[in-house]
Amino acid sequence: MSQAAAPVANTARWEHFPHDADVGVRGFGATLAEAFEHAAEALTAVVTHAAVEPKMAIDVRCEASDLELLFVEWLNAIIYEMAVRSMLFSRFAVRIEDTRLKGILWGEPVDVERHAPACEPKGATYTALKVAAGSNGIWSAACIVDV
Amino acid sequence: MDPARFTRVDDTTWRIEPYGAMRVPAIVYADEDLIRDMDDKVYEQATNVAMLPGIVQASYAMPDAHWGYGFPIGGVAAFDPDKGGVVSAGGVGFDISCGVRTMLTGLKVSDVLPVQNSLADSLSRQIPAGVGSKGTITLDAIDMEAMLAGGAQWAIERGWGDARDLERIEEQGRMVGAKPECVSDRAKERQRREMGTLGSGNHYLEVQAVAEIFDAKVAEAFGLKQDDVVVTIHCGSRGLGHQIGTEFLKEMVMTAEASGIALPDRELACAPINSEVGQRYLGAMRAAINCALANREILGHYARRVFEHFFPDHDLRLLFDVSHNTCKVEPHVVSGTRRDLFVHRKGATRAFGPGHESLPEVLRAVGQPVLIGGSMGTGSYILVGEASGEQKAFSSACHGAGRAMSRHAALKQWSGRKIMDDLAAQGILIRSPSTRGVAEEAPGAYKDVDAVVIAAEHAGLARRVARLRPLICIKG
Repeated sequence: MSQAAAPVANTARWEHFPHDADVGVRGFGATLAEAFEHAAEALTAVVTHAAVEPKMAIDVRCEASDLELLFVEWLNAIIYEMAVRSMLFSRFAVRIEDTRLKGILWGEPVDVERHAPACEPKGATYTALKVAAGSNGIWSAACIVDV
Repeated sequence: MDPARFTRVDDTTWRIEPYGAMRVPAIVYADEDLIRDMDDKVYEQATNVAMLPGIVQASYAMPDAHWGYGFPIGGVAAFDPDKGGVVSAGGVGFDISCGVRTMLTGLKVSDVLPVQNSLADSLSRQIPAGVGSKGTITLDAIDMEAMLAGGAQWAIERGWGDARDLERIEEQGRMVGAKPECVSDRAKERQRREMGTLGSGNHYLEVQAVAEIFDAKVAEAFGLKQDDVVVTIHCGSRGLGHQIGTEFLKEMVMTAEASGIALPDRELACAPINSEVGQRYLGAMRAAINCALANREILGHYARRVFEHFFPDHDLRLLFDVSHNTCKVEPHVVSGTRRDLFVHRKGATRAFGPGHESLPEVLRAVGQPVLIGGSMGTGSYILVGEASGEQKAFSSACHGAGRAMSRHAALKQWSGRKIMDDLAAQGILIRSPSTRGVAEEAPGAYKDVDAVVIAAEHAGLARRVARLRPLICIKG
């Protein structure tokens, strides 16, 4: 069992924010796509603080009626791949055209000893859901994840 | 929350009169300290639920209520299909039919203590728990359909359970009206290798001791005596339920708009009960209930195998198995008329009082066991449903201690290793693949479960029968 230190934020890229029962993930980026990528890193950090090797690539695609719903779709697509492949992901590449997303997830199968996964995300929610560019031009994408 | 925001009806009943788009009042059952400790979001969410079409009587929150998604966790709301009532995927939650079962072992604490360590190790090896754990069951398409339609009955037919359990499981172990064809391929794929797994987060298997008896007569009817050992399992419908919740939430956001339902919060996504989407959700949600009932039956079977190895002369008998994330059609008397209502319980336990027709004969005279999970250190409760609960909140009670602190805050405050050492010093053995998971579930991150159940009792929702203290806790 590893007792990882508790990085609850990688300040420049992402952060976790509190919810009574669960956890919020927020990604920041110079572009919308980058904010989505960094939020995905925050999602992985909900599960593990250990290093995840980008050994295999998985393609995902999603679509929604607006950018906020697209963000939830993106996180849910990752949660689905984590669940059915029993994998964790550490690197992400996102392309967004209108409200369509193409993504690549790089990761490896869960190693219980090494990753000591703390909990399993059940689904991304519409609670505290916000995708927006700040006045400084920095994009952020956030919502609560049910764990 | 500021108690001054409520009309105080009595010591444990706090009312929000309808305002704005609210169709009915919102009522929170809790004592004043619990109200003060609740997040303002509970007020907001209970109020939002009161705005949904077809809601009957009131939007309720239980004493363990906390900030959820759309509905507060600890929320109860009933809808009338004949009055435009809705069914809400958010009102059931992602972990459909998450619930608790408690099994009697016939053992005393003194029987278990000499083998406590090896029993803990054996259970942690035999009960797949946590992310990346591997179950031994893989379902093909035919088995999947049979499981989704058959629930715990299916598990027993496959040899993973005991037919005597059925009368003590909600719906006799099989939810009628399940439609496996309404469950997506993705949801089925997510469940293919998940049967008989515990999951993670606040899910657990505990070996517990009866630490205190409050009602000797009911305890006797439940088969509980001081220092008896019981096994309690808390988990739900695993990936299948999560995926169904995710997919229908998305669909209902779109269809609510099309049906002209104004959602105060997108997470309250819902569909009229009498609509194609509403019916499809109900079919899928009921299939997920069967998945949860089957899963708990299988986990119970695994626990039985381990206990059989240690104590060949004892068998585990089910006390009861009850869910706390569901939408159920139930007859309730409203304004003197008996009506079939769609009762959503999101983090609230069904709590039928004595004489209820759905209870097995052996329990009917005393009422339904209401199983309340506490935290690892503070223990759990077994309550019994009260007849007064019918009028108070459609026969519902709390479901656990309820979190007082976020995982984020818990992680900053505690070390999992230290918690495990401290609890071991108190005679409570924790087995978990993740010390961080233990820290996030620290006993101090939960509300005082004693205060929660006392408030439920004072409010007339359910009455205390026994308090349980943990001896072994297997966490995902």
